[in-house]
Amino acid sequence: MTQPTRRTADAVPDGPVPAVDVPAVNVRSVSRIFTARKGPGITALDDVSLTVAPGEFVSLIGPSGCGKSTLLRLVADLDVPTSGSIEVFGKPARQARIDQSYGIAFQQAGLLPWRTVAGNIELPLELHGVGKVARRARAAELIELVGLSDFATHYPDQLSGGMQQRVAIARSLAESPSLLLMDEPFGALDEMTRERMQNELVRICAETQAAVVFVTHSIPEAVFLSNRVVVMSPRPGCIRSIVSVGLGDMAGRGEDLREDAGFFRSLSEVRELLHGDTPSTGPAAPTGARGVETR
Amino acid sequence: MRTTQPKLLQTVLAPIVFGVAVILLWQGLVTGLAIKAFILPAPFAIGAEFAGNLQNVANGMAVTGRNSLVGLVIGALLGIALAIVSALARLFDEMAAPVVAALSVVPIVALAPVLYTMFGAGAETARQLVAALAVFVPVYFNTLKGLRQVRPVHRDLMRAYAVTSWQATRAVTLPTALPFVFTGLRIASSLAVISALIAEYFGGPVGGLGKSITSAAASSNYGLAWAYVLGSIILGLVFYCAALIVEKLVAYQPQHQ
Repeated sequence: MTQPTRRTADAVPDGPVPAVDVPAVNVRSVSRIFTARKGPGITALDDVSLTVAPGEFVSLIGPSGCGKSTLLRLVADLDVPTSGSIEVFGKPARQARIDQSYGIAFQQAGLLPWRTVAGNIELPLELHGVGKVARRARAAELIELVGLSDFATHYPDQLSGGMQQRVAIARSLAESPSLLLMDEPFGALDEMTRERMQNELVRICAETQAAVVFVTHSIPEAVFLSNRVVVMSPRPGCIRSIVSVGLGDMAGRGEDLREDAGFFRSLSEVRELLHGDTPSTGPAAPTGARGVETR
Repeated sequence: MRTTQPKLLQTVLAPIVFGVAVILLWQGLVTGLAIKAFILPAPFAIGAEFAGNLQNVANGMAVTGRNSLVGLVIGALLGIALAIVSALARLFDEMAAPVVAALSVVPIVALAPVLYTMFGAGAETARQLVAALAVFVPVYFNTLKGLRQVRPVHRDLMRAYAVTSWQATRAVTLPTALPFVFTGLRIASSLAVISALIAEYFGGPVGGLGKSITSAAASSNYGLAWAYVLGSIILGLVFYCAALIVEKLVAYQPQHQ
């Protein structure tokens, strides 16, 4: 195992997170069927159940059309399940959204181009009526956290893709949420930037103690970041298996972890689950469900 | 320094040289071929009339300019307001679409005389309304288009923030629409001048540029008629440039390093 080298403070404990009465996310037999103009519609998610403990980092991984983004959007209440229920910190997803119980980051940074870096990070605070002084202070703090101190007054289109994504992450952290929902936030970045961002995310998670639901296409990314990796399969979208990654607490995850034997073991476990056996539900349907995942 | 000088030369000097050449050619043709003034007056003659009647031209510009400005403001405010309503309420949009389409094809020629009888031939109201109508259409369509440009990721973000639809409109929708609004206003600014001026041809009080052009032409004072035309060109340019400056000051400009 790796030795904790970074800020250790009181980080998430090793291995499975201790059971707490109220889970951060509780998904109970949720299905989501997108109605088509003709035919039976597309089953994006079929009877999915998942629990995420407070402070836990859970990745959702799977091929296109497996419903991982749909699941995240349901948790965020950006979409409503066809059946089943979702609770966030014991509240229905809708109430949790209204109460601002989570922070969210998307694959596109989605910054407002007419606002500076600081202005973008202040946006959620401003919309929720936080005073100017408190807003400034919080933005400065977060800009420091994501290492963009020299760029506070820059506009988004003056920044690289990786920097924009860091701003988006800072924005998602603005209201110190206990749950962070991330939909392929590093999907559009090059490999080098991506690994650096992963290291930063690990550090940020160790500092903020937030639970994270993280959608990704990348196996190493999922293994490196997560306590547990949820492997999903498409048509209909469902959970194939959940892999517990025993790689130590967040604060201890550094660059050297990528060379660790346990890292490779989990890597191949997830890979086998993803590629191993073809779904037993018969021949895969044509690409009808592909578009679902990006909705 | 080295980079700005050729640019300055190109953007400022080149058009001036070209303009001077054209005027000289024009003057040369008119004197050389002895073209009659009622066909085409010489540019120097127009210049002399313009200089000699500067006060009259300026008065005409003030009258027409005022009508255009009133029309521009009324039409723009109405266009923006109704576009916001259309963007927020689908039903209103569907109800308004055919009406706005009808408005956009109404010829000012048909409307001006009707409005003169409605508001009396002694008032400028008819001209201002004609300008407002001409302005309303492009502002409405451009604003509505702009209001529909909100990116899905921004819409998701606003939903995640659980803000009211008015907050979302102010934070995301209006700033996204702003460049489109200004495109509409830029088109509308010159339309306002043109329509206010043309409306004068169909009646109403004297004093504006349009009336002055017709009366100068009617009394065979072609140089003076062209001097007023020059005045209307300047007025149109003033409106267009003003819209451009306001746009530069207010709207977000993408800035690259």
